Amino acid sequence: MIIFSARNVTKRYANHVALDKVSIDIPRQSIFGLLGPNGAGKTSLIRIINQITGPDEGELYFNNQRLTPRHIEQIGYLPEERGLYKKMKVGEQALYLAQLKGVHKHDALRKLKILFEKFEIQGWWNRKVEELSKGMQQKVQFIVTIIHEPDLLIFDEPFSGFDPINVNLLKEEILELQKNGSTVIFSTHNMASVEELCDNIALINNSRKILDGSVKDIKNQYKTNTYAVLHEGTNGSVLPWLPFGATLVSNEEADHGYQSIVRLQAGSNPNELISALLPHVTIYGLNEIVPTMNDIFIQTVKGAAMGAEINTTNAN
Amino acid sequence: MNKVLLVIKREYLSRVQKKSFIVMTILGPILMAALFIVPVVLAQMSDETKKVLVLDETGWFEGKFENSDIFEFTQLNTDIEAAKISLGELDGYALVYIPKPAVSVPSSAIVYSKRQVSIDLKSYVNNVMTKEVERQKLSAEIYKEINKNNPEALAIHADSVTPESIRSNEIFKNIKTEIQITSIQIKEEGKEQKSYAEASMGIGMFAGVLIYFFIFLFGAQVMRGVIEEKVSRIVEVIVSSVKPFQLMMGKIVGVALVGLTQFLLWVVLTLLIVTVFQAAMPEAFNQKQNTEVFKGDTMLPEGVSADQIPEEEAPAGTLSIVTEALGTINYGVMIFSFLFYFIGGYLLYGAMFAAIGAAVDNETDTQQFMMPITVPLILAIVMAQFILRNPDGPISFWFSMIPFTSPIIMMIRIPFGVPYWELALSMAILTVSFVIAVWMAGRIYRTGILMYGKKVTYGELWKWLFYKG
Repeated sequence: MIIFSARNVTKRYANHVALDKVSIDIPRQSIFGLLGPNGAGKTSLIRIINQITGPDEGELYFNNQRLTPRHIEQIGYLPEERGLYKKMKVGEQALYLAQLKGVHKHDALRKLKILFEKFEIQGWWNRKVEELSKGMQQKVQFIVTIIHEPDLLIFDEPFSGFDPINVNLLKEEILELQKNGSTVIFSTHNMASVEELCDNIALINNSRKILDGSVKDIKNQYKTNTYAVLHEGTNGSVLPWLPFGATLVSNEEADHGYQSIVRLQAGSNPNELISALLPHVTIYGLNEIVPTMNDIFIQTVKGAAMGAEINTTNAN
Repeated sequence: MNKVLLVIKREYLSRVQKKSFIVMTILGPILMAALFIVPVVLAQMSDETKKVLVLDETGWFEGKFENSDIFEFTQLNTDIEAAKISLGELDGYALVYIPKPAVSVPSSAIVYSKRQVSIDLKSYVNNVMTKEVERQKLSAEIYKEINKNNPEALAIHADSVTPESIRSNEIFKNIKTEIQITSIQIKEEGKEQKSYAEASMGIGMFAGVLIYFFIFLFGAQVMRGVIEEKVSRIVEVIVSSVKPFQLMMGKIVGVALVGLTQFLLWVVLTLLIVTVFQAAMPEAFNQKQNTEVFKGDTMLPEGVSADQIPEEEAPAGTLSIVTEALGTINYGVMIFSFLFYFIGGYLLYGAMFAAIGAAVDNETDTQQFMMPITVPLILAIVMAQFILRNPDGPISFWFSMIPFTSPIIMMIRIPFGVPYWELALSMAILTVSFVIAVWMAGRIYRTGILMYGKKVTYGELWKWLFYKG
């Protein structure tokens, strides 16, 4: 089931196109990674989802309905550029922001008390924001993002400025929100956390979507049938016995014997590799090398850049 | 709509609770009250003996004015023109002229002076004259009474009859006397001005300057508020909940309410301080006496021909002129226009200030955009002198039509009388202008608040106007 979908969304500014016919579908109760290099158009897309700006072309659907201002209260947004009124008291401010999201004062107070305790900042209710550390301000911002229990949450670089303990606290909170039925859009450059949290991703580069799908599928798609074999013997000793079509990518001395990275021909499987090597060397271990999201990100973005270069060269 | 109210509430409360607001609210009235109180106190404190000339044509009051620490009285025996000259020559403080009444007893006096004459002198002259006239009348009455009943008792001096013994008697009614004191200020030649016009000027100018300050003080607050939201990076959080336009209007209205609150508090507190002071120092501020004197001031006394007055200046207590001039102004029009231009002018400029705040990253960058806002405002104040001299000329007309100057210039013109169609046209233009200004500011604001780290040019602002939401 799709909670949010964008169809052919285009956004132009005076001098450049920020989004060029971007379509995404975000499954309900998933954590959706919105990835892309700086200036790719992620923030433009997020602002369109939040109805801060409108698209020039394309349609947006929330729960299969056309996106309208009344959906604002079902969306929570933690922007990358975020802050609080410095001179305002923490509690007062959280209450104000909650009320702006349409939560009644009474409900808001009750929920805020619970969340303030959960994040261990209850003692700061009557302090001014400027007295808080950056991490604590971030906690307040996170709380006001989720206070109205929205169906769709958008976090833009949520972990920046947090120490590892608080990053964990936040991750757990995000996963719990997901478990309780929320859908999360997660925009970040931190590929490790993408791998850890995201179910689906979309990769935007140069205002176009160049990759999307579930993390599992994408990783499978980017597998190169490459294996790391840990074996006894000497440098390059497996080379003569590799099966047909396989190449030795690298090999080096490991703690215990040698590790050789072998890429197999498309269609062959690791059993063939094992049976080919088994008569000649002792095998201690074999692992499939799965590309990390980091690799995929760099590879795709670079590939797209090269593609674009080729296109421009051709045009010339 | 509910959200705009929330924004207004926050903007209002966060400003009203600020220390600077509280300090200003307390200091303002103290300064203003000081303007009223200090001159009076100083006048009270001055221990210099003032020379007062008395020209008594009736001869009733010779030797009745007694010298004191404050006043030294000198009797003259010339005519009034000569007396006025001697007032200058002798460097006198005032000249008390008691003209000979045509038929009955003396009932009026005119106090000539170069400066505003103090209430002390007037009330003293009033006292002495009233007492003396009543005494004379009483003597006459007693003489009549005694003559009727007992001719031998003629010798009884009037002094032995105390007022108490007569109070019940109908004689009391007959001797009751009211003296009218008129003060006339003698100005140096060539400086004669129509005093009514002066007062009108004052009121119009005051209203204009008030609007000018309101626009500048609170318009700048709007701008600073917008910059604060941009700098603290809270704006994106907020515009994901409310429309940028709602946020902008909430801020403009919230700040306007802060301004109105401040002015209201100033007026109330100033009145309060002055009242308390009056209660504490009744001799300096005797309200009852004041009103009596003013009543006397505004009426021409018997025996003084009306044509004598304008030549030398109209009756001259400044306050009484103001009161009279106020009488000539149409209050309804004045108050309505003031509120209209106050709010209309503020909205027009407030929207522009908000747009500037949105276009820049910090306050130092505002300079380049402030020019087009400050120039018309300052121009309006500079033009004020000219407008006052010629309130109905074509320049006055056009400046009171152009919406950027009309809130100030029109307020200056109104006390001199402005045709209703001009007023209506000017107000219509201002209304249309602020609607356009708010619309344009909304467009610039919407784009500007999410734009960081970029120096914006006028060309870009123009483009922002046409971005699609």
